[in-house]
Amino acid sequence: MTATDRGHRDEWVGRSVPRKEDLPLVTGHGRYVADIQLPGTAEVAFLRSPMAHARITGIDVSAALAGEGVVTVVTGADIRATVLPFTRFVDQEFTPPGLERAAHPVILPCPMPVLASERVRYVGEPVVAVVAADRALAEDAVALVDVTYEALPVVVDPVLAVQSGSPLVHDDITDNVQATFEVRAGDVDAAFAAAPHVERFNYETQRQAASPMETRGVLAVHTDVTDETTVWTSSQTPYMVRTRISEQLGIAEESIRVVVPDMGGGFGPKVQVYPEEVLLAHLARTLGRPVRWIEDRSEHMIATAHSRDQRHTVEVAFDDSGLITAIRDDFLMDAGAYNPFSITCAYNSAVHFRSVYQVPHFQVRGRCVLTNKTPNGPYRGCGRPEATFAMDRAVYQIARLLGLDPVEVMARNLIPADAMPYPRGMPYRDGQEVVYDCGDFPAALAQLRALSGYDEHARARQAQPTSTAVTRRGIGFASYIEGTGIGPYEGAVVMLDSLGRVVVRSGSAPHGQSHDTTMSQVAADVFGLNPDQIIFSAGDTSLVPNGIGTFASRSAVVAGSAVLLAGRRLEQRVRAIASELLEISAEDLVVDAGYVHVRGDATSRVSLADVYRAALPGPQARIPGGTEPGTRELQYFVPPTVTFGAGFLAATVSVDLETGGVVVERIDIIHDCGRMINPVVVEGQLQGGILQGIGGALYESVVYDENGQPLTTTFMDYLLPTSAEVPEIRQIHLATTSDRNPLGVKGVGEAGAIAPPAAIANAVADALRPLEVELNRLPLSPPTVIEAITRAQR
Amino acid sequence: MKAPRFEYRAATSVAHATELLAEYDGDAKVLAGGQSLVPLLNFRLSNPAALVDINGLGELGGHRLGADELHVGAVCRHREIERDPQIAARCPAIADAVAQIGHVAIRNRGTVVGSIAHADPAAEWPGLAMLLDAQFTARAVQGERTIAAGAFFDGFLSTVLDPTEVITAVTFPLPPVASGSAWIEFARRHGDFALVGVGAVIECADESITSARIVVTGVSDTPVRVAAAERVLHGAQPGEALFAEAGRVVATQVDPISDIHGDATYRRRLAQVLTRRALAVAADRAA
Ligand SMILES: Cc1cc2nc3c(=O)[nH]c(=O)nc-3n(C[C@H](O)[C@H](O)[C@H](O)COP(=O)(O)OP(=O)(O)OC[C@H]3O[C@@H](n4cnc5c(N)ncnc54)[C@H](O)[C@@H]3O)c2cc1C
Repeated sequence: MTATDRGHRDEWVGRSVPRKEDLPLVTGHGRYVADIQLPGTAEVAFLRSPMAHARITGIDVSAALAGEGVVTVVTGADIRATVLPFTRFVDQEFTPPGLERAAHPVILPCPMPVLASERVRYVGEPVVAVVAADRALAEDAVALVDVTYEALPVVVDPVLAVQSGSPLVHDDITDNVQATFEVRAGDVDAAFAAAPHVERFNYETQRQAASPMETRGVLAVHTDVTDETTVWTSSQTPYMVRTRISEQLGIAEESIRVVVPDMGGGFGPKVQVYPEEVLLAHLARTLGRPVRWIEDRSEHMIATAHSRDQRHTVEVAFDDSGLITAIRDDFLMDAGAYNPFSITCAYNSAVHFRSVYQVPHFQVRGRCVLTNKTPNGPYRGCGRPEATFAMDRAVYQIARLLGLDPVEVMARNLIPADAMPYPRGMPYRDGQEVVYDCGDFPAALAQLRALSGYDEHARARQAQPTSTAVTRRGIGFASYIEGTGIGPYEGAVVMLDSLGRVVVRSGSAPHGQSHDTTMSQVAADVFGLNPDQIIFSAGDTSLVPNGIGTFASRSAVVAGSAVLLAGRRLEQRVRAIASELLEISAEDLVVDAGYVHVRGDATSRVSLADVYRAALPGPQARIPGGTEPGTRELQYFVPPTVTFGAGFLAATVSVDLETGGVVVERIDIIHDCGRMINPVVVEGQLQGGILQGIGGALYESVVYDENGQPLTTTFMDYLLPTSAEVPEIRQIHLATTSDRNPLGVKGVGEAGAIAPPAAIANAVADALRPLEVELNRLPLSPPTVIEAITRAQR
Repeated sequence: MKAPRFEYRAATSVAHATELLAEYDGDAKVLAGGQSLVPLLNFRLSNPAALVDINGLGELGGHRLGADELHVGAVCRHREIERDPQIAARCPAIADAVAQIGHVAIRNRGTVVGSIAHADPAAEWPGLAMLLDAQFTARAVQGERTIAAGAFFDGFLSTVLDPTEVITAVTFPLPPVASGSAWIEFARRHGDFALVGVGAVIECADESITSARIVVTGVSDTPVRVAAAERVLHGAQPGEALFAEAGRVVATQVDPISDIHGDATYRRRLAQVLTRRALAVAADRAA
């Protein structure tokens, strides 16, 4: 394409442009919350409940107040009149009508105090905040606070929590079920009655901590002259933080600015707004000096939301060929002591349960159960890895019962390509009917079979069904589907600055997703620029009036589309203004390389800086009739509903039969995330997700003892996979363009994390054949693998 | 978390270090690589009045490989041992073990002697010290003494060392050149403390075993030498069946604890399996 005839350009979108973010980050110029220095900053440390469940009978802060360097000590009683508790949680206030009709969710209020003053409900709940000259002194003073507790009975196991007579986490929620829903598609009872085979399986996915490399952190400052409170926080949702601070402190959002600087990961737990964010805003306003709190790792392990933690009881109806006709799933999600996300994760499990399979009749009940543990929230995959683990283990188990090849059984149940778009008979969380938009699942599975070498592996095993080797190799498959790009909206501003440069501002704050690079690619194509020439910023509520945030694989879809729409609007406006300047029709103008020129004549041109100046208000303004001055376009993109990414993943593992040790040798993935803005970014997202999936499959588990004491509060005990545990990863990209957004993209942020636990468990089961092992609880730690082998040998 | 307040004292000589330790009368801690001590301070699990930094003492650096012993100074890092190919050739168990201590960054900082003084029952160096009958040189203002590994470890993170003593060096007597040695362990992830580790040394003459040593870590509050299993090997012909039998004996002799990473039954199984594997490798190397 030449510079003169670009109508629609596609120069940068689709290319593996090097990340604009990398240079500052890898040269140590990243700026995280803890790096921001404001003179006079005092530091906050929290006294957190050491008890899983107790009544607070007294708090004596006198010794702490007298501690060296102590500025103030704040209890729940001190802020009762000025700081409201958390009462508004996701989905609680508004259930879309479509969801209400189909799933009848019941969501009970369970308010969460900013500082507990009467009762503590989990180890780690904040009770007292100490503000001191530095963090070490604040910690010294925390040790001087004397809180007396009266122990209450503790409930740790969600299965026991729903039984009558269980201790209650919130007295008015009398069965500990804070949220529940039930949804069905088809005629489940009839399908079960007619089924040749019915089996019941139990699946359990452990509690995990997403563990971003950067823990949470907040810095707050109040400026009297402007009456503005600025809060820097390591959050995925700065606008939500702004809203909560506004509501809970009773101040207008207009006088709160929330800024998210560089972030060392989020992965879900930083979607939630936390007590520390609200409290620090309050402290900054009342103390008149900046305050900051940087979470340390052991604090993070108890004070930041955990995730997963579901128990499914699954009944499967199927015929002799392995065709699954119906599934009933009844599951519990251990929500911990408060449940800020109510049914978010649980409903995701329900809606994604059937994955890429037809399963025409389906019924699922989900219950979010309160226990005396750290609250549960989303983590990359958000309910999908749990469901996929149950679904794809069930496929393998029924194949085993029928003596069939499990990958054949997978294939038999797939939704055929010509059935797309495929309605699922139930609504998504946004209330819209779930309709898989596109994809060719059978072809994708066939491609993965070839890539992973499964057929040779299966043939070799058939030739030699028993082995005496101590180390055995297995290949396991799993699938996933993912509704991506959920609304309600995202905003973008695209504008010219006074130098004529294109500036892009996004309401969705990144934390490793490469927004700068990918959004710049989108804008670069609109303006005929190089992505490096686009000035991108995000993560600051003062940039775009409203926004949502980065989670749920949504930014490329929703924020990317907003950038495209705002960019196109600005491009039109720029041509319209240039048309006034050049006195030629806008249709005959081209925006390229910082200029607007006449099509076919690159010398008749004005610069974007000329356009900027011409659009300034005043008598000399050369703007199209009926429009306001300026070269700034704000657009919100409201997606009709989610768009579905999908894929298959194969894990090749080796298992040491004597130690139970499992090594993942290779992961092969074939996936469809729609049109790729930047393939290398996509690959990075998948790799990271896959590694986290491996963590969930083999290593990670948040463990509590029977008294609700957490046993995994360091990285010595909470085992994250490290670079040494990364296997070879091979990826095949399919790109079926989505028609649910103007970019044609689907989200990919969570995709990698969904299928690995199921695939790895299936691979271990495959490696251990002909033993029939039950591997239905995660993680597959070496002792549990040995236990499963020992049980199967009996 | 942040460490509680302490004084930092840099020793200028070994004598000065002992004087500083005496000055705080047991309430000071020697700072070597800090890879175990600093986390303990940050978790506020240790609350000493002062740290006595010995890192500046050149006289405590380095290691020396002699004909039949390895001498290691108090500030010699794990990595220095790992990177000496002659040690690997002379006593492969040491090389096997040291490569499995944490990650490179930790091995660059952490010291051999610090690990021994810290006395983690899952750590490699205390196990190697037991396997090879190491001798520690400890100095206090009153004078110097030598302590044998077998008499040194007296509980979980606990030794007979007086808090006013500093270990200046450790000497590992090396098994005969014709012997074979191996260190095998099992950890959840690369670089983790082992759930169980087994070190073995075997000497053979005329097709039969003349001497065998077995040490198991991670199964008790100190590393343990398993004499009963060693006796099974003495005078017998090396082979898979014999090593498996020794493994079974080890399993009957150890009484491991349970924790979230593995219960007692599982650790006992590991001790059995790893003993067999370590003996097989050691025998293979006893050329
Ligand atoms: C992430 C991580 C993983 C690790 N993994 C392993 C592992 O797999 N295996 C393993 O063995 N270790 C492991 N370690 C510990 C590491 O090996 C430490 O280096 C070692 O345990 C202590 O050595 P140091 O020099 O760091 O001692 P320091 O931390 O400085 O001191 C440890 C203790 O020994 C005392 N001490 C030190 N030197 C002397 C001396 N000369 N005289 C008297 N007392 C002394 C100190 O006062 C202190 O009480 C790991 C550490 C980390 C951080």
